[in-house]
Amino acid sequence: MQTYQLTVNGESHTTTSEPDKPLLWILRDQLKLKGTKYGCGIAQCGACTVHINGAAVRSCVLPISGVSGPITTIEGLAKNGLLHPLQSAWIEHDVPQCGYCQAGQIMSAAAMLAVNPRPTDADIDTAMAGNYCRCGTYVRIRRAIHTAAGSNSVEGEAEA
Amino acid sequence: MNNVLTRRHFLKASALTSGGLMLEITLSGAALGEALGTLVGSKELNAWVQISSSGEITIYSSVPEMGQGIKTALPMIIAEEMGASWDDVTVLTADVDSARYGLQGAGGSTSIPRNFDSMRTMGASAREMLIGAASEALEVDRAELEAKDSQVIHLSGERLSFGALAALAVRQPVPDPATLSFKDPKAYTIIGTAVGGVDNLGIVLGQSKFGIDVDVPNMRYAAYARCPRLGGTAINFNEQAIRALPGVLDAFILAPDARTGQSSMSFLDGLAALQGGVAIVGEDTWSVLNAKSQLLVVWDESEASTDSWPEMKIEAQRLAGMSGGEVKRDHPVEAALAEPNNKVLEAFYEFPYVAHVCMEPMNCTVHYTAGTTSSAARMEVWVPSQFPGQVKEIAKNLLGLSEAQVTVNMTRMGGGFGRRAVHDFVAEAMAIAARTEGPVKLTWTRTDDIHQDFFRVGGFENMKAAVSPEGKLVAWDQHYIGFAHQGKAVIGSGLWGNEFSMTALPNARVTQSLIDIKTHCGAWRAPGANTNAFVEQSFLHELSVLAGRDHVEFLIELMGERRWLSDGNINALNTGRAIDVIQLAATKAGWGKPMPAGWGQGLAFYFCHAAHIAEVADVYVDANQNFKVGKVTVAVDVGPIINMSGAISQVQGSIIDGLSTMALQQITMTNGRINQDNFDQYQVMRIGATPAIEVHFIQSDYQSTGLGEPALPPLAPAVTNAIFAATGQRIRSMPLSQEGFTLV
Repeated sequence: MQTYQLTVNGESHTTTSEPDKPLLWILRDQLKLKGTKYGCGIAQCGACTVHINGAAVRSCVLPISGVSGPITTIEGLAKNGLLHPLQSAWIEHDVPQCGYCQAGQIMSAAAMLAVNPRPTDADIDTAMAGNYCRCGTYVRIRRAIHTAAGSNSVEGEAEA
Repeated sequence: MNNVLTRRHFLKASALTSGGLMLEITLSGAALGEALGTLVGSKELNAWVQISSSGEITIYSSVPEMGQGIKTALPMIIAEEMGASWDDVTVLTADVDSARYGLQGAGGSTSIPRNFDSMRTMGASAREMLIGAASEALEVDRAELEAKDSQVIHLSGERLSFGALAALAVRQPVPDPATLSFKDPKAYTIIGTAVGGVDNLGIVLGQSKFGIDVDVPNMRYAAYARCPRLGGTAINFNEQAIRALPGVLDAFILAPDARTGQSSMSFLDGLAALQGGVAIVGEDTWSVLNAKSQLLVVWDESEASTDSWPEMKIEAQRLAGMSGGEVKRDHPVEAALAEPNNKVLEAFYEFPYVAHVCMEPMNCTVHYTAGTTSSAARMEVWVPSQFPGQVKEIAKNLLGLSEAQVTVNMTRMGGGFGRRAVHDFVAEAMAIAARTEGPVKLTWTRTDDIHQDFFRVGGFENMKAAVSPEGKLVAWDQHYIGFAHQGKAVIGSGLWGNEFSMTALPNARVTQSLIDIKTHCGAWRAPGANTNAFVEQSFLHELSVLAGRDHVEFLIELMGERRWLSDGNINALNTGRAIDVIQLAATKAGWGKPMPAGWGQGLAFYFCHAAHIAEVADVYVDANQNFKVGKVTVAVDVGPIINMSGAISQVQGSIIDGLSTMALQQITMTNGRINQDNFDQYQVMRIGATPAIEVHFIQSDYQSTGLGEPALPPLAPAVTNAIFAATGQRIRSMPLSQEGFTLV
């Protein structure tokens, strides 16, 4: 067991762990931040996506010993009582169905918007390719990202 | 339906401690027994309403939520009928309590049709009690009052809020349901509008709790390893090494236990036998998963499954050349098939086993407290389940607990799709909890989730048909080759007798052969329909091509006169509604328009789950057989829509799920072992392949019915028919990835 210092959503935590324990399980079981989800354990589905230094990372395969930098989870995305624009857009477009993957989706989208504030559909497809949605909410995910970014969707729009 | 309600259900009003009104539905003893006796057709009641003196309206939703939107839709019906403003409504998940709510379950796209009348009865009763209270308070005739925007308003303009009336309303008599009248749908202000999911805020904040997120004081964590070959049992394992690993508290073998249910899953009881295996209990999830990966188990495989997909295919091909056994409908077809002037076509279709892969892997938390001389044993369960009340049956069978000794909490589900109608994981969690001090949460890995699935069954159909020189279908000979457990068709295999071919075609012979297997099969989104639609609607397109006919014209001709094949039965095809959705989809998609090089359009119709749905896919195929679905145009008739946003969402999701499955997914097994371990070998469609999806509703006057499943089945044949139109290549087997086609 070793001791690790983590900064999660602006708060400092000291935790002891085996060095190979993935960050996901530190967040969920030790820090009780349950918004970050387990989906596959092999970085294929993106349900476990968090930010480290602002970049989207799959926490299910990142050992605690490999964490360097401040962590943001879905619980830390809203700031000062204000929803992140993506969170507002997700509600506006009624994106979630079961909702299980959506924290990972939003975290991937937020990391993209931080470096690419006006994404095209192709940009979105690339940045969001690591996140499965088994319910098939992709049409609304695209639209919500465009709304949050103030950009225009070119496809996947039609609803009648 | 109202008559049923009158006879068996009683509304009860009582006061909240805050002075507000609480309205609940109770079941008579006899009705309760009946509701519990059967899932299908029961008239369980699903809500109660509270109005606080400050005007907050709380509606409890008793149907489990798995992403189908029922937690939002049912309360909308109550709120509409009582005259509430949706903004004043808070929706909470109900307790699992059969005495209060009857059976609580979600499956078969039936929650809307089963509950619509009881929901609006609840809403209308609340409204009448509020109006009665206002009539007394204002000393006016109740005919001069109406409930609207969470107020009761008098003709004069004088108004009282629901909150102000709540305490008075408690003392009003509960109306006899037979005396209630319901709103004119034209006056609806909530039903038919687009309302966002009631849990959306919690979801986007990461605060919504799924089963896997359950955390109770002193909770321990468990993992469970079963034999890689289905049905094997554990003899021994490297116990000392496992116990020495960090975070591990206990490790033990569980023997298989058939008392928890039959291994051949029945959708109606949701029970399944406990598989033998090795349980590991520890301090956190990672410790037990890590220990599980280091298990060395000696398995007894003498009773294990020997199922192999390649052998199943060989057997099916052998059977295809023979005539089928059980005959569902037998009209003579030989003469038409032998008539030299007719064109005859024979085709062998195949579809694979697929897994559910709910995004939230199976899990269950159980706190078992053994009985003492002075207190009875008790159990508390937290479970993401489509039928949470049914887990009490497992506690009874496994540990002898009565219903009263077991408390069940239902959580939001991270997907269901039929998987969470079977409770094998609950049996495991209970068996582990029985040997563990304090509460314990069992979490499955993704590999457990795939290997231990109750799969969508694979199968085969040998199709033969004849068209006359005039281009009319004159013989339909369908031989279904499916799978059985001990001679009984597994759910989703074989034909049910209500398929289009058997109900609407005059010259049809339908036979069936079943191959016995051990592989677990279960309900998977639109069971039966999701595979039969592919075969039936693809083969009909083959026939319209053979006849040189336009496919839409050919399909509509087959529907014949506009008629309801069984009047009043929502599960019977209505050819008029079928024709209308086929024509609407074709019109909206521009059917017959010139397509650019490489593009083709395909259309398919299917009727299941009381829904008439037609879909047109616009598909592009390049020289390397990469295919892209550019657009899907959908026409749906499920009667009046309750929640427009939820309805569109379900159709979009069904299209994407259907595409993902037909393009990418296949489960195979070799000597009882499932060959796909995780998402790297069993893929789900990613966002880049998402088509544009245009949804059109025909809001007919028929009863509102559900949309969780029926938009999925037509998608696969619409796409393969479009690929044929684009390339001339007929696809008779799924997934397309195995046919050399790559979804892009």
